[in-house]
Amino acid sequence: MPKAYLPVLIYAVLVMAFPAVTLILAKLIRPDSTSTGPKLKPYECGIASEGHSRGRYSVRFYIIAMLFVVFDVETMFLFPWAILYRSWVMAHMGLFALVSMFVFLGILLVGYVWLYKKGALEWA
Amino acid sequence: MQAVTQATTEFVKQNWAPLVCGFVVVAVLPLIVGYVVLVERKIMADMQARLGPMRVGPHGLLQPIADAVKLLIKEDIIPDDADKLVFWLAPVLSVGAALLAMAGLAIGPAFQIAQGINIGILFVVGVSAMGIFGIVLGGWASNSHYSLIGALRSSAQLVSYETAAGMALVCGLLFAGTLNITSIVQAQYDQGIWFGLLAPVAFFVYLVASIAETNRAPFDLPEAESELVAGYMTEFSGFRWSLYFLAEYTNMIVVASVATTLFLGGWLRPFPRTHWLDFIDFLPPLLMVVIGVYCLIRVPKQPVRVQQLFMLAVAGMCFAVAVVLAAPMLGPLLKPSLASAMKPFFEGIHGGFWFIFKVGAYIYFFMWLRFTLPRYRFDQLMRLGWHFLIPLSIINVLLIGIAMIVGQYFDLTGPSLLLTTIPASVIALMIALFILAVEQKKEPQQQPGAATPDSYA
Repeated sequence: MPKAYLPVLIYAVLVMAFPAVTLILAKLIRPDSTSTGPKLKPYECGIASEGHSRGRYSVRFYIIAMLFVVFDVETMFLFPWAILYRSWVMAHMGLFALVSMFVFLGILLVGYVWLYKKGALEWA
Repeated sequence: MQAVTQATTEFVKQNWAPLVCGFVVVAVLPLIVGYVVLVERKIMADMQARLGPMRVGPHGLLQPIADAVKLLIKEDIIPDDADKLVFWLAPVLSVGAALLAMAGLAIGPAFQIAQGINIGILFVVGVSAMGIFGIVLGGWASNSHYSLIGALRSSAQLVSYETAAGMALVCGLLFAGTLNITSIVQAQYDQGIWFGLLAPVAFFVYLVASIAETNRAPFDLPEAESELVAGYMTEFSGFRWSLYFLAEYTNMIVVASVATTLFLGGWLRPFPRTHWLDFIDFLPPLLMVVIGVYCLIRVPKQPVRVQQLFMLAVAGMCFAVAVVLAAPMLGPLLKPSLASAMKPFFEGIHGGFWFIFKVGAYIYFFMWLRFTLPRYRFDQLMRLGWHFLIPLSIINVLLIGIAMIVGQYFDLTGPSLLLTTIPASVIALMIALFILAVEQKKEPQQQPGAATPDSYA
C-alpha cells in the first residue's frame, strides 16, 4: 500500500515547488522595494497603530477549539462505522450496528445537551 | 549510477499517468482559477446590470493574465513588526495544502493522481483542512489587529463547520460503503441513484458547511471588508496575496469536487442506467458546437482586428473540444469494430465533461449565493453551526441508519430506497427546526442597545 502514496509524494514536491518558484520569479522581475517609515507599519486605516496585536483575545475561541476536538474525534470514529454499516445491514445485523452507534452517540448527545444548558454554545 | 537511472525509468514507466496528471494540475490550475475569477466577476456584473471587465481582450477574456502579470511585478511589502519567516511561509502552506488536496480527486475514471489510495475522501478532507494553518500563521505573523482577528474568526468558523461537514460525509458514506473515490462513484452507478437524492439533508448540510469552510459570502466574516479591511490578508500584497487567493479558489474547487463525487454522482451522466435517455450523451458535443457558432457570429462585431482573431480562436477551441467529445461516439458508428476499443476513451472524455460540468454548477451556486445574500453576523454564524447544523447532521445520520434497516426489511434497493430515506430526512429536519424554535421562544427578547458589542468577536 505505501507504494500507492509515491505519486502523492512526488506531487507534493511539485506543489511545494510551485509557490517557491513563483515567489522567486516575482522577486527577480519586480523592482526593489524602497519603502520606509509608516508604510511598513501595520495597516490601521491611516492612523498610527495602537498597542501590540499579540494581546489577549476572547476566551470563546478557546472554548470553540476544545469543543471541536471532542466533536471532530467523534466524527472520525463514525467514519469506519459508516463504511462497514452497509455490509452489516446486508448481513441482517444492522440493528446491532445501529444500537452500538446509538450508545456512542447517546453519550455524546448528553454532553451536547449539558454544554447547551451551560451556555457554552452561546456566542454573544 | 546506472542502477539509479534504471530505477528511475522503471518508476516513470509505472507511474507515468499520475505524474502527467500532477504536472498538468500544477501548471493549469492557476490559469483555471484566474478564469473562475473572471467568470465570477462577469456573473456578478450581469446580476448587477453592468458589463464587468471589458478592456483587456474581447469581453475581458485576457483579464486574468493581465492580473497575474500585475501581481508578479508589484512591490513586495513585509511589515517591520512581522515575523519574517512565518510571513513568508504562511501563504505557501495555505496554497500547498489546497493544491495537495487535489491529488485525491478523480476527474473522470482515468484522471487521478493518487490512484489506488483506499482512504480517498478522508485524504482530501484531511489535507485540505491543513490550509487553516496557513491562515492562522499568516494572521499571527503580520502582527496587525485586523489580521489577527480575521485569522481567529477564520479558524473558529472552519472548526465549527468541520464537524457538520464530516457528519454529512458520513451520511453519504453510509450508502457508499467505501472511502475510495472510484468505488464511491461505482456504488452510485450500481445503485442507480445519486446519494445526494438519497440523503438530501446531508447534501444540504454539506453545501452550507462547505461555503463556511471556504470563507465565502454569506459567511465571509474572516475577510469582511466593512469590518476587518481584508482580514488575515490585510498585510499581504503582491504575489503573496495572490497565493492566498489561489488557495481560496482551489479550496472551492476541492469542496465542489468532493460534493460532486459523493452526492452528485461524480463523472456519471444523469440517469446513467436509463437507456431511453442515452441521447443525453450527445448533448456535450452539441453544447460546444452551439457555443462555437455563437462565437463565430460575434466575430464581425468585434471592434479591433486582434479581438476578431481572438474570438475566432475561441470558436476554434470550442469546435476542437466538440470534436474530441464526439469522436469516441462517431467512431463506432462508422466502424462497428471500434466500439470496444473506444469505450475507455468515451468514459474518460465524457466523464471529465460531466465532472467539470457538475463542479461548475456547484461553484455557480456559490457565486449566486454571494451576490444574493447579505453577510451574517459572527454570533449568528456560530449559532447556525452549533445550534442547527451539528444537531441536524447527527440526527440525520441516525435516522438514515434506521431508514436503511427498514429498507432492507422491505427489500428496497436503489431508487426505491427513497421511500424510507426521504421521510427520515424530513423527520430529521423537523426535529432540528423544532429545537431551534423552542430555543428562540425561551430566549427573552433582547433590548436593542442593551447588549454591549464585543470588539473581539
